[in-house]
Amino acid sequence: AWRAKKIQAILVFNNHGKPRLVRFYQRFPEEIQQQIVRETFHLVLKRDDNICNFLEGGSLIGGSDYKLIYRHYATLYFVFCVDSSESELGILDLIQVFVETLDKCFENVCELDLIFHMDKVHYILQEVVMGGMVLETNMNEIVAQIEAQNRLEKSEGGLSAAPARAVSAVKNINLPEMPRNINIGDLNIKVPNLSQFV
Amino acid sequence: MVHLEGNSGWRKIGSWPWIVKIYSKGIISRMPAPIRLRELIRTIRTARTQAEEREMIQKECAAIRSSFREEDNTYRCRNVAKLLYMHMLGYPAHFGQLECLKLIASQKFTDKRIGYLGAMLLLDERQDVHLLMTNCIKNDLNHSTQYVQGLALCTLGCMGSSEMCRDLAGEVEKLLKTSNSYLRKKAALCAVHVIRKVPELMEMFLPATKNLLNEKNHGVLHTSVVLLTEMCERSPDMLAHFRKLVPQLVRILKNLIMSGYSPEHDVSGISDPFLQVRILRLLRILGRNDDDSSEAMNDILAQVATNTETSKNVGNAILYETVLTIMDIKSESGLRVLAINILGRFLLNNDKNIRYVALTSLLKTVQTDHNAVQRHRSTIVDCLKDLDVSIKRRAMELSFALVNGNNIRGMMKELLYFLDSCEPEFKADCASGIFLAAEKYAPSKRWHIDTIMRVLTTAGSYVRDDAVPNLIQLITNSVEMHAYTVQRLYKAILGDYSQQPLVQVAAWCIGEYGDLLVSGQCEEEEPIQVTEDEVLDILESVLISNMSTSVTRGYALTAIMKLSTRFTCTVNRIKKVVSIYGSSIDVELQQRAVEYNALFKKYDHMRSALLERMPVMEKVTTNGPTEIVQTNGETDPTPLETKPPPSGPQPTSQANDLLDLLGGNDITPVIPTAPTSKPASAGGELLDLLGDINLTGAPAAAPAPASVPQISQPPFLLDGLSSQPLFNDIATGIPSITAYSKNGLKIEFTFERSNTNPSVTVITIQASNSTELDMTDFVFQAAVPKTFQLQLLSPSSSIVPAFNTGTITQVIKVLNPQKQQLRMRIKLTYNHKGSAMQDLAEVNNFPPQSWQ
Repeated sequence: AWRAKKIQAILVFNNHGKPRLVRFYQRFPEEIQQQIVRETFHLVLKRDDNICNFLEGGSLIGGSDYKLIYRHYATLYFVFCVDSSESELGILDLIQVFVETLDKCFENVCELDLIFHMDKVHYILQEVVMGGMVLETNMNEIVAQIEAQNRLEKSEGGLSAAPARAVSAVKNINLPEMPRNINIGDLNIKVPNLSQFV
Repeated sequence: MVHLEGNSGWRKIGSWPWIVKIYSKGIISRMPAPIRLRELIRTIRTARTQAEEREMIQKECAAIRSSFREEDNTYRCRNVAKLLYMHMLGYPAHFGQLECLKLIASQKFTDKRIGYLGAMLLLDERQDVHLLMTNCIKNDLNHSTQYVQGLALCTLGCMGSSEMCRDLAGEVEKLLKTSNSYLRKKAALCAVHVIRKVPELMEMFLPATKNLLNEKNHGVLHTSVVLLTEMCERSPDMLAHFRKLVPQLVRILKNLIMSGYSPEHDVSGISDPFLQVRILRLLRILGRNDDDSSEAMNDILAQVATNTETSKNVGNAILYETVLTIMDIKSESGLRVLAINILGRFLLNNDKNIRYVALTSLLKTVQTDHNAVQRHRSTIVDCLKDLDVSIKRRAMELSFALVNGNNIRGMMKELLYFLDSCEPEFKADCASGIFLAAEKYAPSKRWHIDTIMRVLTTAGSYVRDDAVPNLIQLITNSVEMHAYTVQRLYKAILGDYSQQPLVQVAAWCIGEYGDLLVSGQCEEEEPIQVTEDEVLDILESVLISNMSTSVTRGYALTAIMKLSTRFTCTVNRIKKVVSIYGSSIDVELQQRAVEYNALFKKYDHMRSALLERMPVMEKVTTNGPTEIVQTNGETDPTPLETKPPPSGPQPTSQANDLLDLLGGNDITPVIPTAPTSKPASAGGELLDLLGDINLTGAPAAAPAPASVPQISQPPFLLDGLSSQPLFNDIATGIPSITAYSKNGLKIEFTFERSNTNPSVTVITIQASNSTELDMTDFVFQAAVPKTFQLQLLSPSSSIVPAFNTGTITQVIKVLNPQKQQLRMRIKLTYNHKGSAMQDLAEVNNFPPQSWQ
C-alpha cells in the first residue's frame, strides 16, 4: 500500500525492552505493533553506544526505505522510525528537543515519570509531532502550551484527583523500607548533558 | 546500578508484604470506584511473571468492562486511561473504542483530552465510529477554547478518513487563516493530511497559502513550509505556482543566518535549525530542473555552506541539507565542487552520524558527479573497516558504485578482503556485487575466474543460486582456461565439501574437463598429478557426503557419467557407481542413474556423442522467436523436453499459452522456469530425445542430456546480450514504476540502460507481498511485441514473504533496436492462502527514458 511520507512511529523503551511510549502514525495491527517494538528493541540493543545512531528499518516497518534513528539516555531508548521526508541529523536534534521538553515538564525527568504519566507524555509529544509531522520545536512554547492545558484540566478536577506527582509519592513511601544495597540516587535518573546539544 | 524495571529493586519492593496490602485493597476488595491509573500501574509492576501480569490485567479489564456497561460517566476517563496503558503493554483494548467517542462528546476538557488520545491510539480507519466522530470534531473545531480546537485538529490530522477530511476541510481552511498561531500551525499540518487523503481538495487551500510565509511565528512558518512542500510534490501546477516564492524563502533563510542570537529559537548557537532545514528542502524541490529558481538560490546556498558553524550536530544538519539541495538543483559548478568537498570533509569527521550521512549522500551523487566522488575513494574504502554496520553497509554500496575499469584490481582486493571478514548479513550482497563488477570490468578471463573462485571459497554458502550457472557459462566460454580452471577447482574442493555452490561448479568442471585434469597439462600453473581413480574418489565422496545437497549430488553423478567418455581405464567403475544409484532413495538421483544406466546398456553407441564436451556459446544472430529457459542450476531434466533444435524453434505448450494470451503472432514469448518447477513427466523423455537425435543426425550443437540446463541451451541468446558486458556506463535516473499491484502483491520495475548499447534496457523486477501470508511457487512471466527481444533471468526465489519482509528480484533484459515504445504483458502465478492464483496484466506505463 502507498504510504504517506512522515515519521512512521515514535517508540520509547527501556534497556530491558519494556515499552514506555508507543506511538504509531501509520496503521499497523496491534500484534504487528508489538512485534515492531520487540524487533526495534533487539536491533537497537545490539548496538554499542559509540556507533552511529541510524540503522535501516527493521523488516516489519517497511525495510530499507525506512530508518530507525535513536538516542540512548540512561535507561531509555528514544527511537524514531522515519522515511526520506525527514533529515536524519534533524531527527537527532528533534529527539533532543523532545527529551529536554520532557525534562522541563517533569523537572528532572526519569523513567518513572514516563511510566506513571503515560498520558502526559503523549500530550507533550502531541505538541511536538502531529500526524507524523514536526509541529513545534520551540521548547518554551511547548512547555507553555502544556502548562496552560494542565491548568485547564486541573480546574475541572483532573483525571483522577490523584496526587499530582505520583512518582514522588512512591519514592517517599518506599524510602524508609528500602533495602540498603539499593542506591536511591539511581531511581531518579537524570538525562545527561541536557544543557547542550551534542 | 539498579535497574528500574526487571530483576532488582522494584520487584523486591513489590514483594514486600505491606505493599501487597496496599494494592490488594485496590484489586480484590474494590469498592464501586475503580482503581486509579497510577495504582493499576503500580500493581502491574509488582507482577513477577508474564502470566501474573496477564492475570492482573484480565481482572482489571473485566472490571473496566462492567464499569463501561454501567455507563459510568464519572470514571470513564480514568478507565480509558488505564486501557491505553494496557494497550501500550500489548494487551487488547478495542473494547474501549466507543468509550473514547463518548469522552470526546463530553463537555469536560479532561475527558476530551483522553478521549481524543484514545481515538488516535485505538481506532482504526475502517471503524464506523468515524462517522460518529465527524460531528464531534466539527463542533470542537468551532469550540471557544483553543485547546479543544487544537485537540480536534490534531486528531483529524492524525487519523481522519477521506470522508472526514471531505466533510471538515472547510473548517480546517478557516483555521488556517486565523490569527491564532497555536491553531494556525496545527491547521497547516492538518491541511497536509487532508490533501494526502483527498488530493482534489488541494485547490481549496491555495488562497490561504498566500499569507503563510509572512507569518512571524516560527511554528506556523515551519508547518507552512511543510504544507507548501506537500503541494509542490503533488502537483506540477502548484510547483510552478510556488516558484515565485523562492525570493521570499531565500529572505527568510537569510534572516535566520544573519539575525544573530534570538533566545527563543536558538539551538546551540544556531537560529532555528529545524526551520532552516525545512526551507532548504523546499528550495530543493523548487529549484530542481528550473534554471531561474536555481539561479535565485545560488547565493544563499553558498552563504549557508560557508557560514554555518559545524562544531555541533545542528550545524552539520543544516550543512548536510544544503549539500543535498546544491546537488539536486541546477547549481553552478563551483558550488557543486564545494558541496562534494563538504561531504569529503564529513567522511573524516569523528562523529559516526556525520560519516554515515556523508556516505549516504555520496551514494546519491555518485552517478552524476562520478569523478568528484572518485577522489574520496580511499577514505570510502577505509570505511569498510569501520566497526559500525550501518556505515559498513553504506561504504560497501558506495565502493561498488566506484568500481570501474581502471581501479577494478585494487577495489576488488579490498572488497574480497571485506567479504572474508564481514558479518554474515553482508556476504550475499557483497558476493553478488563482486560478481557483477567482475562481469563488467574483468581485465582478463583468468582474473575473472580467479575472482569468482575466491568468492566461492570464502563465502560459498552465501552466494545466490544463479552464481553457479553463470560461472559455468563463463568457464565454458574461456576455452584456453579449462585446464587451469579444473585444476584450481579440484584443489579447492579436496577434503572440503561444505561450500555447495563451489562443489557444484567443481563437479561440473571435473566432469566436463576431467581428461585435462588427469593429463596434467596446465600452462598457467604447476600441473598436479592425479589419477582417474583419485578423481572418481572425490566425486564419489561428494555423492556420499552428508553435507551435499540433492542438487550437488546430481552434479556429481552427472560428472561421473561424463567421465565415462573422458577416462579410459575406469569405465567399469563408473558403470558400477551409476547402477548403484539406480536404487537411490533420492528420486531425482535415482532417475538420473536409471537413465544413465539405459545409456550404457541400450544406447552405448551414442554415448560418446551425447556426452561430448559442451560447445562454446558463440554469438548467433537470431531473428525468429526466441525462447529462453533458465533455472538456477537445479539438475532436473528440463532440457530434455524444452530444448528445441536450433534450426526450428518450437515453443512449448506453456509458450503457446502465453502466445495465445497475447493474441497474435507478433510477439515473442519468453518462458522462465521457476526454481522449483519440475517437468510433469520425465521418464520417457530421454527416449524421445534420443529418437529425435537419431533423426536429426545429432549435430554438434545437440547438447548432452546430462549437462546443466542453462548451459545446454543452444546458442540462441539475444545477440550481444549474453557475452557483452551490459553495464558499462549505465544511464541512470530512469524513474521506476509500479507495474502491478493487486491483492497485496506489488511488482516494481526499476530500469538501467547502457550508454554504450542503448538498445538494451535492463529491468529489475521486485515483487513484494503486503499480506499476512507468504506467496509460494511464484512465477513471473513476461512477453513483449515481436520487435523486441526479451531475456528473463532466473528469479531470486519462488516465495514472496508476507508483511513486505522481503522481495523476489528478477532481471529482464530487453533488446529494443528500433527504440519503440515498450509494452509488456505479464502473467503471474502463485499459491496464496491455499489457493492457486493467476493473473494477467499489461504494463504500458514504461517511462520514456526506458526506451527512447
